[in-house]
Amino acid sequence: MFNSNKKKDQNYISGRESRRISRENRKITREFEKKRERKHVDPSEYTTQMRDPNNVVEFDNLHTYFFTDIGTVKSVDGVTFDVPIGKTVGIVGESGCGKSVTSLSLMQLVQRPTGQIVEGQIRFNDGDTVYDIAQTPTNVMQKIRGNKIAMIFQEPMTTLNPIFRIGMQLDEVLELHYPDWDKEKVKARTIEMLGLVGIANAEGVYKMYPHELSGGMRQRVCIAMALMCSPRLIIADEPTTALDVTIQAQILDLLRQLKDKINSSIMLITHDLGVIAEMADYVVVMYAGRIVEKGTVHDIFNNPSHPYTIGLMNSKPVVGKKVDELYCIPGKVPNPVAMPNYCYFRDRCEMRTEHCDGEYPPVIKLSDTHECSCYRYLDYLNKKKGE
Amino acid sequence: MSEAVKNQPQDDILLEVKDLKKYFPIKGGLFNSVVGQVRAVDGISFKIKKGTTMGLVGESGCGKSTAGRTILRLLERTSGEILFNGTDIGTLSKKQLRAIRPKLQIIFQDPYSSLSPRMPVGEIIGEAVREHGIVPKEEYNDYIDKIMSECGLQSFHKDRYPHEFSGGQRQRICIARALALNPSFVVCDEPVSALDVSIQAQIINLLRNLQQEHNLTYLFISHDLSVVEHISDTIGVMYLGNLVETGSKEDIFRNPLHPYTKALFSAIPMPDPDIKMNRVILEGSIPSPANPPSGCKFHTRCRYCMNRCESEEPATYEVEPGHFVTCHLYDGAGAKTLDEITGEAGD
Repeated sequence: MFNSNKKKDQNYISGRESRRISRENRKITREFEKKRERKHVDPSEYTTQMRDPNNVVEFDNLHTYFFTDIGTVKSVDGVTFDVPIGKTVGIVGESGCGKSVTSLSLMQLVQRPTGQIVEGQIRFNDGDTVYDIAQTPTNVMQKIRGNKIAMIFQEPMTTLNPIFRIGMQLDEVLELHYPDWDKEKVKARTIEMLGLVGIANAEGVYKMYPHELSGGMRQRVCIAMALMCSPRLIIADEPTTALDVTIQAQILDLLRQLKDKINSSIMLITHDLGVIAEMADYVVVMYAGRIVEKGTVHDIFNNPSHPYTIGLMNSKPVVGKKVDELYCIPGKVPNPVAMPNYCYFRDRCEMRTEHCDGEYPPVIKLSDTHECSCYRYLDYLNKKKGE
Repeated sequence: MSEAVKNQPQDDILLEVKDLKKYFPIKGGLFNSVVGQVRAVDGISFKIKKGTTMGLVGESGCGKSTAGRTILRLLERTSGEILFNGTDIGTLSKKQLRAIRPKLQIIFQDPYSSLSPRMPVGEIIGEAVREHGIVPKEEYNDYIDKIMSECGLQSFHKDRYPHEFSGGQRQRICIARALALNPSFVVCDEPVSALDVSIQAQIINLLRNLQQEHNLTYLFISHDLSVVEHISDTIGVMYLGNLVETGSKEDIFRNPLHPYTKALFSAIPMPDPDIKMNRVILEGSIPSPANPPSGCKFHTRCRYCMNRCESEEPATYEVEPGHFVTCHLYDGAGAKTLDEITGEAGD
């Protein structure tokens, strides 16, 4: 009975089937790896042109897939958005929607060989040259990573190495990217950075181990580490989720100030709509690997258009707003291995129209800055064609 | 505690905590002797009425989880009384405690580590039901099915193991496990912190519906103020082992009295880009409870710190009926708001 129950389960996969899939996956990933491991790649292969020179990063139809033994997981499936210079772009979505994989693709930190960028471009504007991160070989990437693009992770407890002193971990960044600097210069810069992120006792902290610091202090150290080389782009992956509200307020304040000081852009990944509203200039809402809505922060919060965005906003209790029952989005995210060919949100959507049974909805422009993928706004599309 | 608390009617109070303390020893030195104490909970008193929810908020490390566990006697208290329906839980013998256990349940924060990975779900929920003989043997299966369906689980889930479930589903299992014993008091220790926003809403709604159906009393521990505001009737704000402010939800959110409460509330990010908050940002982080500051424990981070705050421990004042604050600012101030008082002090 137990067994038969399992076979009825649509997610069930037999051992033979699984082995067949993994054999095929190996064929595919080997091709990608071969291409990646070539020596002496010509720069023309990975340099390109920006569509708009005012952007620091342009994601263009990015596809990042994971070739697992139960099938191909399309974690990021055609994501297109820009990060303008000096602005903050917030990415919202539930866990598993692909927001972290998008940022990891930009850093080329996706777990290889299972995870591969299969299609699309990530154009990164370095000021002089424009790189296509999807094609950039590892040795070039090492010069960009940590230097031009830096990342702040969610867990300050696990990001720092517990067996090395804070100072050493921070010095390492400079030693790698500026090999001609002498030790005194590196140390002076590290202490200056620690002071910049609001650590009062910078000389003392330089000699401490991570366990001697509180969560908020550790996150400050992580921010200092990310800002070490004055990067053009900071990726903050849930930087305050593990912190208390009061510490969160401090850290967000700090990030905002520092961003203006070194004139870089921030890509802020979070599921807290409050943090997004406060920090971001532009918002991207992701659902099941695709962007369902994007626009300026005012577009999204004053005029949420996609049913998922609306549901997400209603399901969060807000201080000072009384509701008897919180709204919950019914159902759950579709199986990532076997995505439907219609709108991914259709089965959970309460505003379904007759068009929704068709293929995945196209991107519809609601205004110059506001875009949404939903058949409810088909009128906008038709109007445009009529004009 | 002021006089007014003692004079309130007692009949509908389910749980009363009087001056509860929980110290953890710090061992060290040559003979591993006790060299100090971590004052995790340092004298808290409150009452919870039957069928209501009390929210306990505070930063991490302020002792809110320790308080919840000490109340259930999962940790032995250092001193103080925990009166549940009039009986002091702290003095019960093992046998008596076992008899009262089904009435007191807890839901933990992390649904990934609070379920045994080797037990099928039916057994996780049913084990304690059998042990305590909640229902006769012949009704056992139906009873488990009923509890599971109440918590939004299906009866075929019984044979599955926890790893087959998502975070939200696991938290439902935890809730079913607590509910199966027909409790009257449940400590919810950050039950939604580990979950996604949309799943959070489902679990909060579930907890509220169950409360109405079963007339449950909750102690809801959380650091997320918007969730606490949504679910609680009364709120206690903790700072470094002390309750600095208690009162009804409306009173506290309309008129936060303690400077810490005010700072805490102003730190909540609002999901509206047009609101520019007049934010009170607290400097530094919470001091170590092993070596708390003298006098008022908040004085190291308080904007309105006075001379006496550094030496003298503040008393509790009832500023409005049922709204208590532990702060020197309210000594003889009567019914005034924080702004009125600090405005005066500034002149």
